[in-house]
Amino acid sequence: MNKWLNPRSAFGIALITIALLGLPFVAAMGGQAWVRILDFAILYVFLALGLNIVVGFAGLLDLGYIAFYAVGAYTWALLASPHFGLHLPIWAILPIGAGLACIAGVLLGSPTLKLRGDYLAIVTLGFGEIVRIFMNNLNAPINITNGPQGITLIDPVTIGGLKFSGNTQLFGLTLSGPMKYYYLLVALAILVIIINLRLQHSRIGRAWQAIREDEIAAKAVGINTRNIKLLAFAMGASFGGIAGGVFAAMQGFVSPESFSLMESIMILAMVVLGGMGHIPGVILGAVLLSILPEVLRYGVGPAQMALFGKMLVDPESLRMLVFGLALVLVMRFKPAGLWPSPERKRELSEAAK
Amino acid sequence: MSANLPVPLLEAKAVAKHFGGVKALRDVSLTIRRGEIYGLIGPNGAGKTTFFNCMTGLYVPDGGGFVFAGAPLVADAPHRAAERGIARTFQNIRLFGNMTALENVMVGRHVRTRAGVLGAMLNNAATKAEEAAIRQRAIDLLHYVRIEDRADDLAKNLSYGDQRRLEIARALATEPKLLCLDEPAAGMNATETAELRELIEGIRRDGTTILLIEHDVKLVMGLCDRVAVLDYGALVIEDVPAVVQKDQRVIEAYLGA
Repeated sequence: MNKWLNPRSAFGIALITIALLGLPFVAAMGGQAWVRILDFAILYVFLALGLNIVVGFAGLLDLGYIAFYAVGAYTWALLASPHFGLHLPIWAILPIGAGLACIAGVLLGSPTLKLRGDYLAIVTLGFGEIVRIFMNNLNAPINITNGPQGITLIDPVTIGGLKFSGNTQLFGLTLSGPMKYYYLLVALAILVIIINLRLQHSRIGRAWQAIREDEIAAKAVGINTRNIKLLAFAMGASFGGIAGGVFAAMQGFVSPESFSLMESIMILAMVVLGGMGHIPGVILGAVLLSILPEVLRYGVGPAQMALFGKMLVDPESLRMLVFGLALVLVMRFKPAGLWPSPERKRELSEAAK
Repeated sequence: MSANLPVPLLEAKAVAKHFGGVKALRDVSLTIRRGEIYGLIGPNGAGKTTFFNCMTGLYVPDGGGFVFAGAPLVADAPHRAAERGIARTFQNIRLFGNMTALENVMVGRHVRTRAGVLGAMLNNAATKAEEAAIRQRAIDLLHYVRIEDRADDLAKNLSYGDQRRLEIARALATEPKLLCLDEPAAGMNATETAELRELIEGIRRDGTTILLIEHDVKLVMGLCDRVAVLDYGALVIEDVPAVVQKDQRVIEAYLGA
């Protein structure tokens, strides 16, 4: 308790709070598109921290994480859109979405309990694709997901009469839709950060770490590895489900192509590049990897014009090229991630000696 | 010790295990009594570790079974053996290398504590109290095996002897009735072995029964109350060290004198 009363950390928290509150107004100066980019950055923080439970804490390489995001997104889309004519409130949909994603997590987890490393990666990758293909094809014989056309006109988040789409006047400030989502997402992200922090230094967190280190020794000291692993899958999946729900509401539209393998890989890259298992690192990784491609999208075109006077390379391909190069460089020079945990840093520097 | 009225803690009843055509264990029956240090010796490949793994649930025996503390051991999951009160160390040390020494012992408390996800998320009073108790018990155990000054070092950075001690501390954290040590003296010099012996005797004095697999014949004969000898997966003899040492079959099979 005392550490919160420490004036220095109190000052730090106040500073971070002001920065977080003011950020969307700064971004809005560059247009609402930048606020949306910010929204997605926070959404990815949320997703990456969910995946961090599975990959970072328990050491289970999961390449199909996006499937749980898809389950959450479609849950929202089906329960709050004209597609089925259902318009349930957020308090009903988010728990249902998280619950369904959780069940999907256990479904994926149970057959893969004995797999590890590469083998687990392949199975989870397959699972992610299966879910996406299901979404793509469940429009016949009964139209559930509306197939590749996706579901449109999804209800936005509404909390106590406050609609999150469109502008709202508050204390003389104009809050746009993306700004409101930003505050909602920040609140959710803070919640998931606290849960991550608490889990990490708990009995369950230690059990996950033990399984990551040596599964046989973990069994020998009495850890029910089956249940503890399933718990990691279930928890990670639930967070994915919640993120998916907010994503669907924010976009107003979902289609299977949002849930491609590339998305899974991006989220995994956020966890690995930031610093696996280290919460501040994962947050940094998620923010950088979601914002960098957008900065490049707006940056590489004008930069080419300024340097060469004409477009030499298509900005879209150059963007991915620069992005890929950045990833390679990080892995070459910071193999433990940009901001690794102190232990992991020690571990890798010793291995290099 | 009630040498006149020995109470069996663990009874192996005709335990058999084969890997393909190799018969690693041939109907091994033996009895470990409460409060004793029981030695299990035999040449390399005699089936000592296989016996261990069957007992702790890592392998499922092909025949026979175990009775532990009055009830049969169900050979399905290793974590259940730990729950029942069987803790073990490994021949080639298996610590959680990238966790600190203290955390390693704290993991050992898992099976005797209860906090779940909800407790961790809410961080309520009960969870905090339990967490503090886990930490305190782990610190005490590090003191007990005399590596308390290495508490915050990563397990893999500990010296070989300290790693052995840490593994014992982690096993003790599960509050075992029976502590099984798989070649704890392997690779140790004379001083370290003497210290280990002292530690094992201390653990027994404090009320834990010990099963010791060991190659160091001098250590086994000096330390153990009773010794069993395995050869080609079969039990040769089970008796006090003085008798075992003089047994002609044992000398032929193992002591090589």
